[in-house]
Amino acid sequence: MAEAPQVDETPQIDPADQFEVHPFYVFRWEESQEAHVLLYPEGVVKLNDTAAEILKLCDGDRSVTQIIDELKNVYDVSDPDTASRIEAGVYKFLEDSHAKGWTRRK
Amino acid sequence: MPKDGLEENNEVKLDGQGKPLWLCLELTYRCPLQCPWCNNPLDFDTYKDELSTDDWVRVLREGREMGALQVGFTGGEPMMRKDIVEITAEASKLGYYTNLVTGGVGLTKDKLEALKEAGLNQIQLSIQSCDPVMTNKLVGAEAHDDKIQTAHDIKDLGFPLSLNVPVCRESIDQTREILDMCEEVKADYLEYVQIQYYNWALLNRDELLPSRDQVIYAEELINEARERLGKKMTIYFVVPDYHDKFPKACMNGWGAIHLTIAPDGTAMPCQEARIIKEIDFPSVRDHDLSWIWHESPAFSLYRGDDWMKEPCRSCDNKEQDVGGCRCQAYMLTGDATNTDPVCYKSPHHHIIEEAIEAADRVGRNPRPYVMRRVQSASDLRQSSAGE
Ligand code: SF4
Ligand code: SF4
Repeated sequence: MAEAPQVDETPQIDPADQFEVHPFYVFRWEESQEAHVLLYPEGVVKLNDTAAEILKLCDGDRSVTQIIDELKNVYDVSDPDTASRIEAGVYKFLEDSHAKGWTRRK
Repeated sequence: MPKDGLEENNEVKLDGQGKPLWLCLELTYRCPLQCPWCNNPLDFDTYKDELSTDDWVRVLREGREMGALQVGFTGGEPMMRKDIVEITAEASKLGYYTNLVTGGVGLTKDKLEALKEAGLNQIQLSIQSCDPVMTNKLVGAEAHDDKIQTAHDIKDLGFPLSLNVPVCRESIDQTREILDMCEEVKADYLEYVQIQYYNWALLNRDELLPSRDQVIYAEELINEARERLGKKMTIYFVVPDYHDKFPKACMNGWGAIHLTIAPDGTAMPCQEARIIKEIDFPSVRDHDLSWIWHESPAFSLYRGDDWMKEPCRSCDNKEQDVGGCRCQAYMLTGDATNTDPVCYKSPHHHIIEEAIEAADRVGRNPRPYVMRRVQSASDLRQSSAGE
Protein backbone atom coordinates (compact mmCIF):
# COMPACT_ATOMS: atom_id res chain seq x y z
CA MET A 1 0.00 0.00 0.00
CA ALA A 2 1.38 3.37 -1.03
CA GLU A 3 -0.64 5.28 1.48
CA ALA A 4 1.11 7.52 3.97
CA PRO A 5 1.05 6.13 7.49
CA GLN A 6 -1.90 7.43 9.53
CA VAL A 7 -0.05 7.64 12.76
CA ASP A 8 3.32 9.16 13.37
CA GLU A 9 5.55 6.89 15.39
CA THR A 10 8.38 9.38 16.02
CA PRO A 11 9.00 9.33 19.73
CA GLN A 12 11.17 12.44 19.64
CA ILE A 13 9.24 15.44 20.85
CA ASP A 14 9.90 18.80 19.31
CA PRO A 15 9.34 22.01 21.31
CA ALA A 16 7.07 23.23 18.51
CA ASP A 17 4.87 20.13 18.53
CA GLN A 18 1.20 20.62 19.28
CA PHE A 19 -0.66 17.81 20.99
CA GLU A 20 -4.35 17.23 21.44
CA VAL A 21 -6.32 14.61 23.32
CA HIS A 22 -6.99 11.81 20.88
CA PRO A 23 -10.57 12.15 19.59
CA PHE A 24 -11.43 8.59 20.68
CA TYR A 25 -10.79 9.61 24.26
CA VAL A 26 -13.05 11.57 26.54
CA PHE A 27 -11.12 13.62 29.06
CA ARG A 28 -13.15 15.07 31.89
CA TRP A 29 -13.54 15.65 35.59
CA GLU A 30 -15.34 12.82 37.37
CA GLU A 31 -16.91 13.81 40.62
CA SER A 32 -17.27 10.28 42.01
CA GLN A 33 -13.51 9.72 41.64
CA GLU A 34 -12.60 13.27 42.63
CA ALA A 35 -10.21 13.20 39.73
CA HIS A 36 -9.88 13.72 36.04
CA VAL A 37 -10.45 10.60 34.00
CA LEU A 38 -9.82 9.47 30.47
CA LEU A 39 -12.51 7.27 29.04
CA TYR A 40 -11.91 5.28 25.88
CA PRO A 41 -13.18 2.16 24.16
CA GLU A 42 -13.48 -0.38 26.96
CA GLY A 43 -11.20 1.49 29.31
CA VAL A 44 -10.88 4.05 32.05
CA VAL A 45 -7.78 5.83 33.30
CA LYS A 46 -7.81 7.92 36.43
CA LEU A 47 -5.26 10.70 36.23
CA ASN A 48 -3.28 12.34 38.94
CA ASP A 49 -3.43 16.14 39.19
CA THR A 50 -0.16 16.63 37.38
CA ALA A 51 -1.22 14.64 34.37
CA ALA A 52 -4.59 16.38 34.28
CA GLU A 53 -2.94 19.83 34.43
CA ILE A 54 -0.82 19.07 31.39
CA LEU A 55 -3.56 17.33 29.46
CA LYS A 56 -5.82 20.34 29.91
CA LEU A 57 -3.26 22.34 27.97
CA CYS A 58 -3.09 19.80 25.13
CA ASP A 59 -5.64 21.60 22.98
CA GLY A 60 -3.93 21.12 19.63
CA ASP A 61 -3.05 24.79 19.67
CA ARG A 62 -0.41 25.30 22.31
CA SER A 63 3.10 24.16 21.55
CA VAL A 64 5.16 22.16 24.00
CA THR A 65 7.11 25.32 24.81
CA GLN A 66 3.93 27.22 25.53
CA ILE A 67 2.65 24.46 27.80
CA ILE A 68 5.87 24.55 29.80
CA ASP A 69 5.78 28.35 30.04
CA GLU A 70 2.23 28.32 31.29
CA LEU A 71 3.00 25.79 33.96
CA LYS A 72 6.00 27.82 35.04
CA ASN A 73 3.64 30.74 35.56
CA VAL A 74 1.41 28.70 37.84
CA TYR A 75 4.13 27.36 40.09
CA ASP A 76 6.80 29.00 42.12
CA VAL A 77 9.88 28.59 39.96
CA SER A 78 12.25 30.87 41.83
CA ASP A 79 14.27 27.75 42.38
CA PRO A 80 15.80 26.90 38.95
CA ASP A 81 15.64 23.24 39.92
CA THR A 82 11.84 23.32 39.95
CA ALA A 83 11.80 24.99 36.56
CA SER A 84 13.90 22.32 34.96
CA ARG A 85 11.91 19.60 36.70
CA ILE A 86 8.72 20.98 35.21
CA GLU A 87 10.26 21.03 31.78
CA ALA A 88 11.53 17.47 32.05
CA GLY A 89 8.21 16.35 33.51
CA VAL A 90 6.20 17.79 30.64
CA TYR A 91 8.41 16.10 28.06
CA LYS A 92 8.20 12.81 29.89
CA PHE A 93 4.44 13.01 30.23
CA LEU A 94 3.91 13.94 26.59
CA GLU A 95 6.09 11.06 25.52
CA ASP A 96 4.30 8.54 27.73
CA SER A 97 0.81 9.74 27.00
CA HIS A 98 1.50 9.79 23.29
CA ALA A 99 2.90 6.27 23.42
CA LYS A 100 -0.23 5.16 25.21
CA GLY A 101 -2.39 6.72 22.54
CA TRP A 102 -4.01 9.33 24.77
CA THR A 103 -2.85 12.20 22.59
CA ARG A 104 -1.91 12.80 19.01
CA ARG A 105 0.09 15.43 17.18
CA LYS A 106 -1.82 18.13 15.40
CA MET B 1 0.31 19.68 41.19
CA PRO B 2 2.86 19.03 43.88
CA LYS B 3 5.07 22.06 44.43
CA ASP B 4 8.25 20.15 43.89
CA GLY B 5 7.56 19.36 40.29
CA LEU B 6 6.02 16.52 38.39
CA GLU B 7 5.44 12.98 39.44
CA GLU B 8 6.83 10.15 37.40
CA ASN B 9 3.72 8.14 37.26
CA ASN B 10 0.67 9.83 35.85
CA GLU B 11 -1.91 7.13 36.32
CA VAL B 12 -3.63 6.52 39.58
CA LYS B 13 -4.76 3.01 40.23
CA LEU B 14 -8.44 2.82 39.60
CA ASP B 15 -9.92 0.09 41.67
CA GLY B 16 -13.64 0.28 41.97
CA GLN B 17 -13.48 1.47 45.58
CA GLY B 18 -16.65 -0.53 45.80
CA LYS B 19 -18.21 1.12 42.77
CA PRO B 20 -19.74 -0.67 39.79
CA LEU B 21 -17.63 1.08 37.16
CA TRP B 22 -18.89 -1.02 34.28
CA LEU B 23 -22.49 -1.52 33.37
CA CYS B 24 -23.27 -4.16 30.82
CA LEU B 25 -26.84 -3.90 29.62
CA GLU B 26 -28.11 -6.89 27.70
CA LEU B 27 -30.99 -5.04 26.12
CA THR B 28 -32.51 -8.08 24.45
CA TYR B 29 -31.72 -11.69 23.63
CA ARG B 30 -33.31 -11.31 20.21
CA CYS B 31 -30.78 -11.61 17.42
CA PRO B 32 -30.91 -12.27 13.68
CA LEU B 33 -27.72 -14.35 13.90
CA GLN B 34 -27.21 -17.87 15.22
CA CYS B 35 -23.62 -18.07 16.39
CA PRO B 36 -22.72 -21.43 17.90
CA TRP B 37 -20.56 -19.70 20.57
CA CYS B 38 -23.36 -17.43 21.74
CA ASN B 39 -23.21 -16.87 25.49
CA ASN B 40 -26.91 -16.19 25.82
CA PRO B 41 -28.81 -18.74 27.91
CA LEU B 42 -29.84 -21.97 26.20
CA ASP B 43 -33.46 -20.94 26.75
CA PHE B 44 -32.91 -17.41 25.38
CA ASP B 45 -36.19 -17.70 23.47
CA THR B 46 -38.26 -17.76 26.64
CA TYR B 47 -37.24 -14.25 27.77
CA LYS B 48 -40.07 -12.33 26.17
CA ASP B 49 -40.66 -9.83 28.91
CA GLU B 50 -37.92 -7.27 28.34
CA LEU B 51 -37.43 -4.17 30.45
CA SER B 52 -39.12 -1.03 29.15
CA THR B 53 -37.30 2.07 27.98
CA ASP B 54 -38.12 3.76 31.30
CA ASP B 55 -36.67 0.84 33.25
CA TRP B 56 -33.40 1.01 31.33
CA VAL B 57 -33.18 4.75 31.79
CA ARG B 58 -33.73 4.37 35.52
CA VAL B 59 -30.99 1.73 35.69
CA LEU B 60 -28.63 4.07 33.86
CA ARG B 61 -29.41 6.91 36.21
CA GLU B 62 -28.93 4.82 39.33
CA GLY B 63 -25.67 3.45 37.90
CA ARG B 64 -24.27 6.91 37.34
CA GLU B 65 -25.25 7.95 40.83
CA MET B 66 -23.12 5.06 42.07
CA GLY B 67 -20.14 6.11 39.95
CA ALA B 68 -20.48 3.90 36.86
CA LEU B 69 -18.39 5.29 34.00
CA GLN B 70 -18.72 2.87 31.13
CA VAL B 71 -21.83 1.34 29.70
CA GLY B 72 -21.99 -1.39 27.08
CA PHE B 73 -25.17 -2.07 25.19
CA THR B 74 -25.20 -5.66 24.17
CA GLY B 75 -27.54 -8.59 23.72
CA GLY B 76 -28.53 -10.51 21.70
CA GLU B 77 -28.43 -7.81 19.09
CA PRO B 78 -29.02 -4.42 20.73
CA MET B 79 -30.11 -2.98 17.36
CA MET B 80 -33.27 -5.10 17.69
CA ARG B 81 -34.47 -2.65 20.33
CA LYS B 82 -36.51 0.14 18.78
CA ASP B 83 -35.44 2.48 21.57
CA ILE B 84 -31.69 1.97 21.15
CA VAL B 85 -31.11 5.57 20.05
CA GLU B 86 -33.18 6.93 22.90
CA ILE B 87 -31.40 4.79 25.50
CA THR B 88 -28.00 5.77 24.09
CA ALA B 89 -28.90 9.45 24.21
CA GLU B 90 -29.90 9.16 27.88
CA ALA B 91 -26.70 7.32 28.76
CA SER B 92 -24.61 9.88 26.99
CA LYS B 93 -26.40 12.77 28.68
CA LEU B 94 -25.72 11.14 32.04
CA GLY B 95 -21.99 11.15 31.31
CA TYR B 96 -21.27 7.53 30.43
CA TYR B 97 -18.76 6.47 27.85
CA THR B 98 -21.15 4.54 25.63
CA ASN B 99 -20.21 1.33 23.82
CA LEU B 100 -22.42 -0.54 21.40
CA VAL B 101 -21.67 -4.23 20.93
CA THR B 102 -23.24 -5.37 17.70
CA GLY B 103 -23.19 -8.00 14.99
CA GLY B 104 -23.86 -5.21 12.51
CA VAL B 105 -27.10 -6.49 11.04
CA GLY B 106 -29.68 -3.69 11.18
CA LEU B 107 -27.06 -1.05 11.80
CA THR B 108 -27.80 1.02 8.71
CA LYS B 109 -26.09 4.30 7.92
CA ASP B 110 -29.21 6.20 9.04
CA LYS B 111 -29.19 4.42 12.37
CA LEU B 112 -25.49 5.11 12.74
CA GLU B 113 -26.03 8.79 12.12
CA ALA B 114 -28.78 8.88 14.71
CA LEU B 115 -26.54 7.11 17.21
CA LYS B 116 -23.74 9.53 16.53
CA GLU B 117 -26.14 12.37 17.14
CA ALA B 118 -27.20 10.68 20.37
CA GLY B 119 -23.59 10.78 21.57
CA LEU B 120 -22.54 7.17 21.08
CA ASN B 121 -18.78 6.91 21.68
CA GLN B 122 -17.78 3.63 20.14
CA ILE B 123 -18.99 0.55 18.34
CA GLN B 124 -17.65 -2.93 18.66
CA LEU B 125 -18.53 -4.82 15.54
CA SER B 126 -18.19 -8.56 15.41
CA ILE B 127 -16.88 -10.19 12.29
CA GLN B 128 -15.98 -13.83 12.00
CA SER B 129 -13.88 -14.27 8.92
CA CYS B 130 -12.45 -12.56 5.86
CA ASP B 131 -14.31 -15.02 3.71
CA PRO B 132 -18.05 -14.44 3.17
CA VAL B 133 -18.80 -18.15 2.91
CA MET B 134 -17.09 -18.83 6.22
CA THR B 135 -18.67 -15.87 8.04
CA ASN B 136 -22.13 -16.76 6.83
CA LYS B 137 -21.68 -20.37 7.81
CA LEU B 138 -20.45 -19.46 11.27
CA VAL B 139 -23.25 -17.02 12.05
CA GLY B 140 -25.95 -18.98 10.25
CA ALA B 141 -27.06 -16.04 8.09
CA GLU B 142 -26.06 -13.99 5.06
CA ALA B 143 -24.34 -11.33 7.11
CA HIS B 144 -20.80 -10.89 5.82
CA ASP B 145 -21.38 -8.16 3.25
CA ASP B 146 -23.54 -6.17 5.68
CA LYS B 147 -20.84 -6.37 8.29
CA ILE B 148 -18.17 -5.07 5.93
CA GLN B 149 -20.44 -2.27 4.78
CA THR B 150 -21.15 -1.39 8.41
CA ALA B 151 -17.42 -1.31 9.14
CA HIS B 152 -16.93 1.25 6.38
CA ASP B 153 -19.90 3.30 7.53
CA ILE B 154 -18.59 3.35 11.09
CA LYS B 155 -15.29 4.77 9.87
CA ASP B 156 -16.99 7.25 7.55
CA LEU B 157 -18.89 8.70 10.47
CA GLY B 158 -15.74 9.19 12.49
CA PHE B 159 -16.33 6.57 15.14
CA PRO B 160 -13.39 4.51 16.32
CA LEU B 161 -13.74 1.10 14.68
CA SER B 162 -13.29 -1.85 17.00
CA LEU B 163 -13.54 -5.20 15.34
CA ASN B 164 -14.28 -8.19 17.45
CA VAL B 165 -13.20 -11.47 15.92
CA PRO B 166 -13.91 -14.64 17.88
CA VAL B 167 -11.11 -17.15 17.61
CA CYS B 168 -12.39 -20.57 16.69
CA ARG B 169 -10.96 -23.76 15.33
CA GLU B 170 -12.50 -23.38 11.90
CA SER B 171 -11.36 -19.81 11.23
CA ILE B 172 -8.15 -19.40 13.20
CA ASP B 173 -5.99 -20.62 10.32
CA GLN B 174 -7.15 -17.57 8.37
CA THR B 175 -5.52 -15.26 10.89
CA ARG B 176 -3.22 -13.71 8.29
CA GLU B 177 -6.07 -12.92 5.91
CA ILE B 178 -8.28 -11.73 8.75
CA LEU B 179 -5.57 -9.31 9.85
CA ASP B 180 -5.32 -8.04 6.27
CA MET B 181 -9.05 -7.49 6.16
CA CYS B 182 -8.99 -5.54 9.42
CA GLU B 183 -6.21 -3.38 8.08
CA GLU B 184 -8.11 -2.81 4.88
CA VAL B 185 -11.21 -1.50 6.63
CA LYS B 186 -8.86 0.62 8.80
CA ALA B 187 -9.85 -0.84 12.13
CA ASP B 188 -8.51 1.13 15.07
CA TYR B 189 -8.83 -1.73 17.50
CA LEU B 190 -8.93 -5.42 16.87
CA GLU B 191 -10.00 -7.74 19.58
CA TYR B 192 -9.11 -11.25 18.63
CA VAL B 193 -11.31 -12.66 21.31
CA GLN B 194 -11.31 -16.01 22.96
CA ILE B 195 -14.56 -17.81 23.11
CA GLN B 196 -15.69 -18.35 26.65
CA TYR B 197 -17.10 -21.81 26.96
CA TYR B 198 -20.52 -21.31 28.49
CA ASN B 199 -24.00 -22.07 27.23
CA TRP B 200 -24.02 -22.51 23.42
CA ALA B 201 -20.24 -22.33 23.26
CA LEU B 202 -19.93 -25.16 25.75
CA LEU B 203 -22.28 -27.33 23.69
CA ASN B 204 -20.01 -26.73 20.71
CA ARG B 205 -16.71 -26.70 22.54
CA ASP B 206 -15.13 -29.65 20.79
CA GLU B 207 -15.77 -28.05 17.42
CA LEU B 208 -14.73 -24.55 18.47
CA LEU B 209 -11.66 -25.01 20.63
CA PRO B 210 -8.53 -24.50 18.54
CA SER B 211 -5.58 -26.82 18.94
CA ARG B 212 -2.47 -25.70 20.72
CA ASP B 213 -0.52 -25.49 17.47
CA GLN B 214 -3.18 -23.35 15.89
CA VAL B 215 -3.05 -20.93 18.82
CA ILE B 216 0.73 -20.71 18.74
CA TYR B 217 0.76 -20.00 15.03
CA ALA B 218 -1.95 -17.35 15.32
CA GLU B 219 -0.06 -15.68 18.13
CA GLU B 220 3.06 -15.43 15.98
CA LEU B 221 1.15 -13.74 13.18
CA ILE B 222 -0.45 -11.37 15.62
CA ASN B 223 2.84 -10.36 17.15
CA GLU B 224 4.17 -9.74 13.67
CA ALA B 225 1.19 -7.54 12.86
CA ARG B 226 1.52 -5.65 16.13
CA GLU B 227 5.08 -4.83 15.29
CA ARG B 228 4.24 -3.74 11.78
CA LEU B 229 1.11 -1.71 12.56
CA GLY B 230 2.04 -0.14 15.87
CA LYS B 231 -0.58 2.31 16.98
CA LYS B 232 -2.38 2.23 13.66
CA MET B 233 -4.31 -0.78 14.89
CA THR B 234 -4.23 -1.83 18.51
CA ILE B 235 -4.57 -5.60 18.72
CA TYR B 236 -5.81 -7.37 21.81
CA PHE B 237 -5.13 -11.04 21.93
CA VAL B 238 -4.93 -13.20 24.97
CA VAL B 239 -4.17 -16.86 24.91
CA PRO B 240 -7.39 -18.78 25.50
CA ASP B 241 -7.69 -19.62 29.17
CA TYR B 242 -7.94 -23.32 28.37
CA HIS B 243 -4.40 -23.09 27.02
CA ASP B 244 -3.07 -21.07 29.93
CA LYS B 245 -1.52 -22.17 33.18
CA PHE B 246 -3.43 -19.77 35.37
CA PRO B 247 -7.05 -18.75 35.13
CA LYS B 248 -8.17 -15.22 34.32
CA ALA B 249 -9.23 -12.86 37.08
CA CYS B 250 -12.83 -13.10 36.09
CA MET B 251 -14.42 -9.63 35.93
CA ASN B 252 -11.73 -8.44 38.38
CA GLY B 253 -13.58 -10.44 40.98
CA TRP B 254 -17.20 -11.12 41.76
CA GLY B 255 -19.13 -7.91 42.41
CA ALA B 256 -15.93 -5.85 42.21
CA ILE B 257 -16.46 -3.42 39.33
CA HIS B 258 -18.84 -5.10 36.93
CA LEU B 259 -22.62 -5.21 36.82
CA THR B 260 -24.68 -6.94 34.14
CA ILE B 261 -28.41 -6.54 33.65
CA ALA B 262 -30.18 -9.20 31.58
CA PRO B 263 -33.11 -8.32 29.27
CA ASP B 264 -35.63 -9.30 31.95
CA GLY B 265 -33.98 -7.10 34.59
CA THR B 266 -31.97 -9.79 36.38
CA ALA B 267 -28.82 -8.24 37.84
CA MET B 268 -25.63 -10.33 37.86
CA PRO B 269 -21.91 -9.84 38.52
CA CYS B 270 -21.19 -11.13 35.01
CA GLN B 271 -23.03 -12.17 31.89
CA GLU B 272 -22.77 -15.86 32.63
CA ALA B 273 -23.65 -15.91 36.31
CA ARG B 274 -27.14 -17.26 35.80
CA ILE B 275 -25.47 -20.59 35.09
CA ILE B 276 -25.11 -20.99 38.87
CA LYS B 277 -28.57 -22.29 39.53
CA GLU B 278 -28.44 -22.08 43.33
CA ILE B 279 -28.11 -18.30 43.36
CA ASP B 280 -31.20 -16.18 43.45
CA PHE B 281 -30.23 -13.09 41.48
CA PRO B 282 -32.11 -9.88 42.25
CA SER B 283 -34.04 -7.97 39.60
CA VAL B 284 -34.00 -4.25 38.89
CA ARG B 285 -37.77 -4.62 38.70
CA ASP B 286 -37.87 -5.17 42.47
CA HIS B 287 -34.84 -3.30 43.80
CA ASP B 288 -32.74 -0.26 43.09
CA LEU B 289 -29.16 -0.75 41.90
CA SER B 290 -27.66 0.44 45.15
CA TRP B 291 -29.43 -2.28 47.13
CA ILE B 292 -28.51 -4.86 44.53
CA TRP B 293 -24.84 -3.89 44.56
CA HIS B 294 -24.33 -3.24 48.25
CA GLU B 295 -26.92 -5.34 50.05
CA SER B 296 -28.07 -8.27 47.96
CA PRO B 297 -26.77 -11.67 49.08
CA ALA B 298 -26.04 -12.65 45.47
CA PHE B 299 -23.51 -9.87 44.92
CA SER B 300 -21.62 -10.37 48.17
CA LEU B 301 -21.49 -14.15 47.87
CA TYR B 302 -18.02 -14.40 46.31
CA ARG B 303 -16.66 -10.95 47.07
CA GLY B 304 -13.22 -10.86 48.60
CA ASP B 305 -11.68 -14.25 49.35
CA ASP B 306 -13.44 -15.62 52.43
CA TRP B 307 -15.34 -18.08 50.30
CA MET B 308 -12.19 -19.64 48.82
CA LYS B 309 -11.20 -23.25 49.35
CA GLU B 310 -7.84 -24.86 48.86
CA PRO B 311 -5.69 -24.68 46.79
CA CYS B 312 -6.68 -21.01 46.29
CA ARG B 313 -6.99 -20.11 49.96
CA SER B 314 -3.29 -20.46 50.67
CA CYS B 315 -2.07 -19.50 47.19
CA ASP B 316 0.10 -16.44 46.57
CA ASN B 317 -1.67 -15.73 43.34
CA LYS B 318 -5.16 -15.30 44.73
CA GLU B 319 -5.19 -11.53 44.63
CA GLN B 320 -4.18 -11.47 40.99
CA ASP B 321 -6.55 -14.03 39.60
CA VAL B 322 -9.23 -14.23 42.33
CA GLY B 323 -9.24 -18.00 41.85
CA GLY B 324 -10.53 -17.66 38.29
CA CYS B 325 -14.10 -17.77 37.18
CA ARG B 326 -16.91 -18.86 39.51
CA CYS B 327 -19.16 -19.78 36.61
CA GLN B 328 -16.50 -21.94 34.98
CA ALA B 329 -15.79 -23.64 38.31
CA TYR B 330 -19.48 -24.33 38.80
CA MET B 331 -20.10 -25.49 35.29
CA LEU B 332 -17.17 -27.88 35.12
CA THR B 333 -16.97 -29.09 38.74
CA GLY B 334 -20.48 -28.52 40.09
CA ASP B 335 -19.29 -26.19 42.86
CA ALA B 336 -18.72 -22.48 42.30
CA THR B 337 -16.33 -22.23 45.26
CA ASN B 338 -13.88 -24.66 43.70
CA THR B 339 -10.74 -23.44 42.01
CA ASP B 340 -11.31 -22.69 38.35
CA PRO B 341 -10.22 -25.95 36.66
CA VAL B 342 -8.16 -23.94 34.17
CA CYS B 343 -5.61 -23.55 36.97
CA TYR B 344 -2.90 -26.20 36.87
CA LYS B 345 -3.26 -26.53 40.65
CA SER B 346 -6.93 -27.40 40.49
CA PRO B 347 -7.77 -31.02 41.36
CA HIS B 348 -10.18 -30.82 38.42
CA HIS B 349 -7.60 -29.60 35.93
CA HIS B 350 -7.81 -32.91 34.05
CA ILE B 351 -11.17 -31.75 32.65
CA ILE B 352 -9.39 -28.98 30.77
CA GLU B 353 -6.51 -31.21 29.74
CA GLU B 354 -8.93 -33.71 28.28
CA ALA B 355 -10.69 -30.99 26.28
CA ILE B 356 -7.38 -29.76 24.88
CA GLU B 357 -6.23 -33.27 24.05
CA ALA B 358 -9.48 -33.85 22.22
CA ALA B 359 -8.88 -30.65 20.24
CA ASP B 360 -5.33 -31.72 19.41
CA ARG B 361 -6.22 -35.25 18.34
CA VAL B 362 -5.62 -35.89 14.68
CA GLY B 363 -8.28 -37.48 12.57
CA ARG B 364 -11.10 -36.43 14.91
CA ASN B 365 -14.57 -36.54 13.51
CA PRO B 366 -16.08 -33.07 13.34
CA ARG B 367 -19.72 -32.72 14.24
CA PRO B 368 -22.01 -30.01 12.90
CA TYR B 369 -22.46 -27.01 15.18
CA VAL B 370 -25.52 -26.69 17.33
CA MET B 371 -26.59 -23.26 16.12
CA ARG B 372 -28.21 -20.80 18.49
CA ARG B 373 -31.72 -21.14 17.14
CA VAL B 374 -35.19 -21.25 18.64
CA GLN B 375 -35.48 -24.73 17.17
CA SER B 376 -32.30 -25.92 18.88
CA ALA B 377 -33.44 -24.35 22.13
CA SER B 378 -36.72 -26.22 22.09
CA ASP B 379 -35.01 -29.46 21.01
CA LEU B 380 -32.71 -29.10 24.01
CA ARG B 381 -35.66 -28.60 26.33
CA GLN B 382 -37.36 -31.68 24.93
CA SER B 383 -34.33 -33.88 25.29
CA SER B 384 -33.66 -32.74 28.85
CA ALA B 385 -37.35 -33.27 29.75
CA GLY B 386 -37.08 -36.79 28.38
CA GLU B 387 -34.15 -37.68 30.60
S1 SF4 C 1 -23.18 -14.34 19.73
FE1 SF4 C 1 -24.14 -14.25 17.71
S2 SF4 C 1 -26.17 -15.12 18.03
FE2 SF4 C 1 -25.38 -14.59 20.06
S3 SF4 C 1 -26.15 -12.56 20.40
FE3 SF4 C 1 -24.12 -12.33 19.52
S4 SF4 C 1 -24.47 -12.09 17.32
FE4 SF4 C 1 -26.35 -12.92 18.22
S1 SF4 D 1 -4.76 -22.02 43.10
FE1 SF4 D 1 -6.37 -20.51 42.93
S2 SF4 D 1 -5.42 -18.56 43.43
FE2 SF4 D 1 -3.76 -20.04 43.00
S3 SF4 D 1 -3.26 -19.75 40.86
FE3 SF4 D 1 -4.80 -21.38 40.96
S4 SF4 D 1 -6.78 -20.35 40.74
FE4 SF4 D 1 -5.25 -18.78 41.22
